[in-house]
Amino acid sequence: MNHLLIAPVVLPAIVAPFIIMVLRHHLSLQRIFSLASTVVLLAISLVLATQATDGTVQVYELGNWPAPFGIVLVLDRLSALMLLLTSGLALTVVLYSIGSGWDARGRHFHALLQFQLMGILGAFLTGDAFNLFVFFEVLLIASYGLMIHGGGTKRLQAGVQYVVYNLLGSTLFLFALGTIYSVTGTLNMADLAVRVAELSPDDTALLRVGAIMLLLVFAIKAAVLPLHFWLPASYANAPLPVAALFAIMTKVGAYGILRMYTLVFGPDVTATAGLVGDWLLPAAMLTLAVGAIGVLGSREIGRLVAFGAIASMGTLLIAVALFTPQATAAALYYTVHSTLAAALMFLVADLVMERRGGAIIAQRPMAQTGLIASLFFVGAIAMAGMPPLSGFVGKLLVMDAAREHDLIWWIWAVILVGSLVTIIGLARAGSEIFWKSHDASHIDDPEPELAGHDEPAEMEQGDAPTPALPFIACFVLLAGLVLLTIFSGPMMDYTEATAAQLFDPNLYIDAVLKRVEP
Amino acid sequence: MSLFLIAALPFLGALFPALLIRAGRNAAAASAGFTTLLAFIGLLLNAPSVLRGEVVQARLDWLPGLGLNANFYLDGLGLLFAGLILGIGLLIILYARFYLSREDPMGQFYTYLLLFQGAMVGIVLSDNILLLLVFWELTSLSSFLLIGYWKHLPEGRQGARMALAVTGSGGLAMIGGMLMLGHIVGSYDLTVILQQKELIQASPLYLPALILILIGAFTKSAQFPFHFWLPHAMAAPTPVSAYLHSATMVKAGLFLMARMWPVLAGTEAWFYIVATTGLITMVLGAVIALFKDDLKALLAYSTVSHLGLITMLLGFGTKPAAIAAVFHIINHATFKAALFMTAGIIDHSAHTRDIKRLGGLRKLMPITFTIAVIASLSMAGIPPLNGFLSKEMMLEETVHTLWRNSHYLVPALAVFGAMFSAAYSFRYIVHVFLGPQRNDYPAQPHDPEVGLWLAPAFLTVLVVAIGLSPNLLSGPVVSYAAAAVIGDGEVPHFHAKLWHGITIPLMMSGMAITGGILLLWGHPKLAKLWNAAPRPEAKVIFDGVIGGLTRTSQRVTDVLHNGSITRYSAIMLVFTTAISLYAYRTGVAAEATRAVQQAGALPIIGWICLVLATLFIVLNHRNRLLSLVLIGVVGLIVSLSFNYLSAPDLALTQISVEVVTIILMLLALNFLPKDTPVESPVSTRLRDAAIAVTAGTGVGGLIYALMTRDFIVPSISEFHLANSYKGGGGTNVVNVILVDFRGYDTFGEIIVLGIAAMVIFALTEAILGSKVRAYLLNRKPDLPQDGDPHPLMMVIATRVMMPLALTVAAYIFFRGHNLPGGGFIAGLIAAIAMIMQYMASGFGWAAERQRVYYHGIIGSGVLIAATTGMGAWLAGKPFLTSAFGYLHWAPLEEFEWATAALFDLGVFLAVVGAVMLTLESLARLAWQPGMQSEHPMDINPARDDAPTIEKEA
Amino acid sequence: MEILFASAVGILTAAGIYLILRKRTFPVILGLSLLTYGVNLFLFATGRLMVNAPPVLNKYAEVPYTDPLPQALVLTAIVISFGMTAVVVMIALGAYLSAKDDHIDMVEDTKRAGDDA
Repeated sequence: MNHLLIAPVVLPAIVAPFIIMVLRHHLSLQRIFSLASTVVLLAISLVLATQATDGTVQVYELGNWPAPFGIVLVLDRLSALMLLLTSGLALTVVLYSIGSGWDARGRHFHALLQFQLMGILGAFLTGDAFNLFVFFEVLLIASYGLMIHGGGTKRLQAGVQYVVYNLLGSTLFLFALGTIYSVTGTLNMADLAVRVAELSPDDTALLRVGAIMLLLVFAIKAAVLPLHFWLPASYANAPLPVAALFAIMTKVGAYGILRMYTLVFGPDVTATAGLVGDWLLPAAMLTLAVGAIGVLGSREIGRLVAFGAIASMGTLLIAVALFTPQATAAALYYTVHSTLAAALMFLVADLVMERRGGAIIAQRPMAQTGLIASLFFVGAIAMAGMPPLSGFVGKLLVMDAAREHDLIWWIWAVILVGSLVTIIGLARAGSEIFWKSHDASHIDDPEPELAGHDEPAEMEQGDAPTPALPFIACFVLLAGLVLLTIFSGPMMDYTEATAAQLFDPNLYIDAVLKRVEP
Repeated sequence: MSLFLIAALPFLGALFPALLIRAGRNAAAASAGFTTLLAFIGLLLNAPSVLRGEVVQARLDWLPGLGLNANFYLDGLGLLFAGLILGIGLLIILYARFYLSREDPMGQFYTYLLLFQGAMVGIVLSDNILLLLVFWELTSLSSFLLIGYWKHLPEGRQGARMALAVTGSGGLAMIGGMLMLGHIVGSYDLTVILQQKELIQASPLYLPALILILIGAFTKSAQFPFHFWLPHAMAAPTPVSAYLHSATMVKAGLFLMARMWPVLAGTEAWFYIVATTGLITMVLGAVIALFKDDLKALLAYSTVSHLGLITMLLGFGTKPAAIAAVFHIINHATFKAALFMTAGIIDHSAHTRDIKRLGGLRKLMPITFTIAVIASLSMAGIPPLNGFLSKEMMLEETVHTLWRNSHYLVPALAVFGAMFSAAYSFRYIVHVFLGPQRNDYPAQPHDPEVGLWLAPAFLTVLVVAIGLSPNLLSGPVVSYAAAAVIGDGEVPHFHAKLWHGITIPLMMSGMAITGGILLLWGHPKLAKLWNAAPRPEAKVIFDGVIGGLTRTSQRVTDVLHNGSITRYSAIMLVFTTAISLYAYRTGVAAEATRAVQQAGALPIIGWICLVLATLFIVLNHRNRLLSLVLIGVVGLIVSLSFNYLSAPDLALTQISVEVVTIILMLLALNFLPKDTPVESPVSTRLRDAAIAVTAGTGVGGLIYALMTRDFIVPSISEFHLANSYKGGGGTNVVNVILVDFRGYDTFGEIIVLGIAAMVIFALTEAILGSKVRAYLLNRKPDLPQDGDPHPLMMVIATRVMMPLALTVAAYIFFRGHNLPGGGFIAGLIAAIAMIMQYMASGFGWAAERQRVYYHGIIGSGVLIAATTGMGAWLAGKPFLTSAFGYLHWAPLEEFEWATAALFDLGVFLAVVGAVMLTLESLARLAWQPGMQSEHPMDINPARDDAPTIEKEA
Repeated sequence: MEILFASAVGILTAAGIYLILRKRTFPVILGLSLLTYGVNLFLFATGRLMVNAPPVLNKYAEVPYTDPLPQALVLTAIVISFGMTAVVVMIALGAYLSAKDDHIDMVEDTKRAGDDA
């Protein structure tokens, strides 16, 4: 049995308490350990990903109890991809937080971050429905901590909302699991798949309720309209590096939908037929629309990026909702892209916030305005899905995958108009923040006392030299986007293989339940 | 040279100027010029084979799955355009070096310029329409940067955003069109698509695809009604205007129409859409141009007009028209770029572009004058210049064109347009250079250094040369380019003559020129009329639209996301309930399979109490203390019902959690207002009640339905019952599940607790670090305080109880594996015992007697659990595999040891630590100066993690 | 008995939801704990209801046992929700202390942004 499968969960689970116990008062050591742990996680993910590429499904039976009676971890192409994405993203976020000093603005940042990673990675690995709930809670409660990191009135108020909304989500999760268990008598996903397939067609109602409630739980995470309301305020008021890490959390929702609705309640399962497609596709289109409108309508850069993230989730879920292998492959490609793009934009937004506040109005130029402006420009290109970056490729892939669908014209229209509105919004914000600041006639400082006589403060604020680390983090993400574009061919080969694996669940089921094919 | 290299060179070159600018402006300019020159030479190396009629190709798979490949090919048309782009590019680079002032960041400029150049070359060389789209949008982006190059000018910023919005949206429309085209043909490769004329024109998707692609082309080439962005793009530095907005980018649309000509042209739809748009644009542009006083605006509209002319020719769909179009593309590029540069020179030396403030420059700027005169005469269509030739051909074609079976409409309008075009060309000469010299120029005009006039001079030489011997100089290029446009294999013979004898076209040009002179003569009066006449101002409309869009989005977004979590939750609840109901109704509900059990008196009583308590809470929730107490009651009933329904572990857990939770909430309530005011109107409350009742009914119904049905397959828990003792070594199956079968869940669960404590600690630190601290230190208790904060009885009682309680905890802990109990419950009991100490004797007193810090306790708890789990690795077993055995001691019947117990110890510690740390945090919030450590709920500021007073300063 | 149980779950849920839709943090938290009771009972009942059949193995006699798995799940759920409650209470407290206001709704920042268009 390959113990490496559990490593992504155990490593942070040891590093974090160690940080808490031993390094509580040594920030520099915390940083070193947190960084090291993240790097190791990335290495582990790489190894696991290479192991998964050949299409084998690895199973790890915790407590040495056979499925479905114990809990199993399962590594297939999809989980490997998500692991890699998560740990890669985490590395940049850690770098940025260290460089920007965000991690010093409150206690236990690195411990919470490690716990957060443990939760996310565990969620991607687990093969047990209830265990998925547990790890959702782990990543959620860690995210509560990270979200209110540093305190502040607005952030705490937003934190309360974030927690309350997610507690409702968790409750729904329990209702769903209860229902599903009560019908099928099992919690293991593979076993669920088998039993659901055996369900007699004249006793489907209760299972359908359970299935849809589960879908809604994931939809909340994925910020699908009308369950997206928690996102803007939370992300915009969270420390923006944390928001960058949260870029993967919406994907956890998308992952849940993909996993559950290909493995257990797959498209060809009669019992739950028509539960997803009927409303998820329109909902996804509305999500994209609302996100794009939000980008144009935001008055604050954090919110702008948050809505951008919502829009990208819309595009992503359109592809997911099509539930064809081709569309799923496109969705996976777009998942990687939108995670990196959103993270990059959040980091850039933080660079801006730190220097001049987030309001999208002209103020006097900030330090390194040129560099930040170009980063914003590139990030905006990625987020709006303009060439030459992966967003464009991803958009083409999604549109191409929608070709056979009845709603094709609607889908194309929404995607294209959506990106147009996004472009206009981003161009507006960029020219307000970066260009107009060179135009003395338009400068309206939010704090009048800063404007005139408070020159030294100005100097400190504006021209304070900043360490290179935050920019390195941004450039790493950017490099990721560029590579994703250049090697979109190989990437698509992988995602297509992944989609194929998802749409042939028997491999997974056989591996978990040790079934031998007759 | 490989096409890849040619396409890549400008992009690579774009790096140098930005880097070399430190080495000086010349270095930056030189590097830009060098890479462009290199690419140009590379292109010329390919020219011979193209002019032999071959097609140079370079293919590379990029994303075969989608059909997006890096395929390039070079034919006559590509050669022509690439030549224009790179050739004029060179001249522009030279010109810009001397045009830009010291303040302008030149490195940036050349970088942007080369990015744009690369994108343009990419467009004209791509053999894959998706690749073409990539470059297409890239030109929009790079021109956005170039137009907005002067960040401090509002016109620049607005022009840039307008251009991006218009051309960008066109590009998006084109994406749709191209995808359709690829869908029809089954390939995105141009060389394939261009073979499929019949297939494409027969397809029902032909018209939508055509329209979408044309929108892309029209927006790019500033065709009516999208023409308005071009004049505003003139806020860019003049080199940019000359390059993008006359010679190259605006021609991209024309290029696309020419490229697609073989498969899209020749239909009714094509003719009426393209030719008509071109005609309108030509006339409109020419008329407006005459009345513009800004030199660049005049040139901009004249560009619009000439683009319209070429579009119209392409729209005719005939071979000679195509040839004329190609020829005019060359000519227009030459004279218009030259004119823009002269405008730049005038602006540069006279510091104004306003015709009203100019005039009489002939003597002052003789060189510029000659250049301008030649170029504008060519624009006016005066022989023997090249403009005359192509305009002649254009008129010739209009004569043969039938529009809605009217022979006269097109020619007449063409002449009308040509008249205005002649007029504004003359005006450019007469009103700027001729006339009396003035003495009120903003700056004294003078001819510039050679660097500035060299480029336009070269172009005017071309103007004359092509005019004199068109066939020799431009013949081959034109005919092979035209061949590529027509695409029927054979190369048309290109033959242009200055003199065909007296022909209709000649008479038409004659009319145009004389008319032009008359118009100029009457210009002052006409101008008055024109300015008096009301006409739609495109920018105003556009700004209105965008502004409206932005404001609407702002309103929509703010209204939708108004920060009211209550509304968000309500929406979520309604949606969830509705869609679950939908899922239920669309499924098939089976009959109940289990009998309903009779309820004894006990359950009924319990039910009544529960319902009463709950309703009471709902009705009196404004009295917070009371409702909190009642919550406790509810919890108690819940735990009793657990006990009644054969779940002793749950009962114990529930009750102990209840105690801690209530204490916690009480302490928190100590800081909060003691009651909730009435805020929401009755209507809202009724609405909420309705939502609540519906959802509640749903949940109740669901669980009832579930309880009255059997598992479809026996539950996996039968395995747990069977193997709990054999495999897990415990008789309390629930506990064995928790620490063994599903120990991984428990592992996650204690980590949740640990994190909770961390979060709370960090939060407290943040609060105490903020200005809130001052408020906390000075706040007055809003409830009457008991005289004796820690009654002696209580102190003594708790101190006696402490060891007892701990023993109980230990007992619960160890029996856990076999009887109800376990680490979690034990932990809570221990925690409660300590809380009693704190309440009775004060936090400080207890804290001083506390050896380990809670962080340590929590951390060690998690670590113990983790290491226990990893211990299994030594045995080669997976994480959390447990081992157990039995010890026999005389007094005890049998004592079991299990690694699971160690794991349970981790749980115990994590629970104790988490609970205590939470309470400590609350205590620290409550600490106020003057409290002796003997008093309740204070801390000893000497403790390491206590906030120091400096923090608040 | 099932009817009693189901109705109790329903009532707890309804009450919880009603309180969650209130405008101040404290009732919302009360509502959350009521909702938690509801969902825990719900989850518990998915093993079907049995009286006097605790899942503690009896070495000496063959007796019926109720389904232990839901009990384990509920235990986990209780612990987790305890942690969650503690956190939300503290965050709400923090929010109140720094805002001097325990409204749960926040008014979004609608500062007018300068417009260049």
